[in-house]
Amino acid sequence: MTSALLYAGAGVVLFAVALLALFLRRHLLRKLMAANIAGSGVFLFLLGTAADGDAPPDPVPQAMVLTGIVVTVSVTAYGVALLRRFADETGRDTLTEDGGGP
Amino acid sequence: MSATPILMAAAVAVPLVAAPLSLHRAWAGAVALAAGVGTTAAAIGLVLAVARDGAVRHALGGWPAPLGIVWNLDGLAAILLATAALVALPVAVFATASLPREHLGREAHRFWPPFLFLWAGLNALFLSGDVFNIYVALELVSLAAVMLVTLEGRAAALAAGLRYLLVAQAGALTYLLGVAFLYARHGTLDVGLLTAAAAVGDMPTTVAAVLMTGGLFAKAALFPLHAWLPPAHGSAPAPASALLSGLVVMAAAYVILRLWFDVFAAVGGAPLRQGLGALGAAGVIWGSLLALSQRRLKAVIAYSTTAQMGYLLLAIPLAAPAADWSADPWAGAIMLAVAHAFAKAAMFLATGLIIQATGQDRIGSMRGVARRMPVTAYAIGVAGLTLMGLPPSGGFAAKWLLLRAAWSDGQWWWVLVLLGGGLLAAAYVFRIIGPAFSHSKARKRQPPRPLEWIALGMAAASLLMGLAAMPLVAVLARSGGGA
Repeated sequence: MTSALLYAGAGVVLFAVALLALFLRRHLLRKLMAANIAGSGVFLFLLGTAADGDAPPDPVPQAMVLTGIVVTVSVTAYGVALLRRFADETGRDTLTEDGGGP
Repeated sequence: MSATPILMAAAVAVPLVAAPLSLHRAWAGAVALAAGVGTTAAAIGLVLAVARDGAVRHALGGWPAPLGIVWNLDGLAAILLATAALVALPVAVFATASLPREHLGREAHRFWPPFLFLWAGLNALFLSGDVFNIYVALELVSLAAVMLVTLEGRAAALAAGLRYLLVAQAGALTYLLGVAFLYARHGTLDVGLLTAAAAVGDMPTTVAAVLMTGGLFAKAALFPLHAWLPPAHGSAPAPASALLSGLVVMAAAYVILRLWFDVFAAVGGAPLRQGLGALGAAGVIWGSLLALSQRRLKAVIAYSTTAQMGYLLLAIPLAAPAADWSADPWAGAIMLAVAHAFAKAAMFLATGLIIQATGQDRIGSMRGVARRMPVTAYAIGVAGLTLMGLPPSGGFAAKWLLLRAAWSDGQWWWVLVLLGGGLLAAAYVFRIIGPAFSHSKARKRQPPRPLEWIALGMAAASLLMGLAAMPLVAVLARSGGGA
């Protein structure tokens, strides 16, 4: 139970750190990676809550994580393609000229 | 065994199957229009079915919750399915004729796959009966929406699309973390079961409410998470902007209303609910002021979307416990969302025609429009009536319901927001419609007449909706329970 709680807590912390990075980092690839890590944090939290002592783990959060991974892979793939096109078009790797702002 | 579950499946499956088929360059438009007619027929069939038989729950493939997917068709879902269809189908007809004339030119066929994916995602969202399927449907909607934003492939559109993608992804993951909290606390994802389980708003449920609402604020471009919207909606081709502003934003706001109506009914108490209402009010005022200060036509209309979405949140502090969807504040918010969808789509289509005619996206482009393109000018004016909330528009009926709820509940401060927001809307609508009556010698390319009439038809629908308020509320009353 405590190790499961540890996983769940670590998931929330990971999510919070990555969400902060998503808004503070300027490089677009770092932003995309931050979004990915935030997703991993949520998945870790879900798996942590699925554990139930010695009983077999609850399958529903695991199904949610599997679906979530599929969604995240699609979004990331599209994001990378978009980023590549943006970089080719403008020669920049940040959204604003000075690199500030989300 | 009725035909209703088949119609529900068709509303999602038809556009979903048609989307990859529309990758074919030559057939794309025809496939999309055929699928659009089929999906619209299914949506209208579902409204009639709900009006006759009441709410329906259907487990897809016979697999029950929690591992199966359960769809929930109530009056609200049926009305939003019909709204999506009646906005998307005219926009599709408009797009077949208009897109080749816009920047896309010969690449116009690329509009159709994201268009159909978007429609399928919206319908799946409205039918979803559990909070996790709502997440999946929202992601499908967001991905398709980003594709529509970036269609033209210019640097500004790509930047707007990337910003939109990142904000939407942050919002989706925040929402998903909230879902995880709900499941960890209550052991179910089903909206009906959650409502029963969360009848006491304890700490984990409150955390989930804050996370899920915050994530949806980003997706719905609600104040203060609205900054991504104007560049995104401003860089898309006109038919795409119409869908994004009319339907996509409304879909995320709908989830907020659905959750606070059911699952979070017991959460937080007065301060949290008043706070959400205050954020809505701030969105109404701030969005309108920003709309007033824009120079580009599309930017005025895009900021107006942020303002109009703010009204929807006013239902949350005004709602009485255990009311149903036909109660004044909820019915008012839904009617506003529906009327706004038609009005905003009409406005974006009409401004698209003006930008085509003049080649420029500036308020100055409106000069002389009333003489050269009277039907288009009418479309903007009539849609503007709904945004201002003048009778007999749908916007008026909606604000009347919200006003009545605020007044009878003694929460007079919302009355000020409703009246002030209407005045500000009048100011920004007159700012763009005013120059239309001035004289201009600039040459304009006359757009095809039928396109002008499509825009006017959608504006007229938003205007006449006020007269159909009673049947709408009657269908909404078919919601109660749901379990």
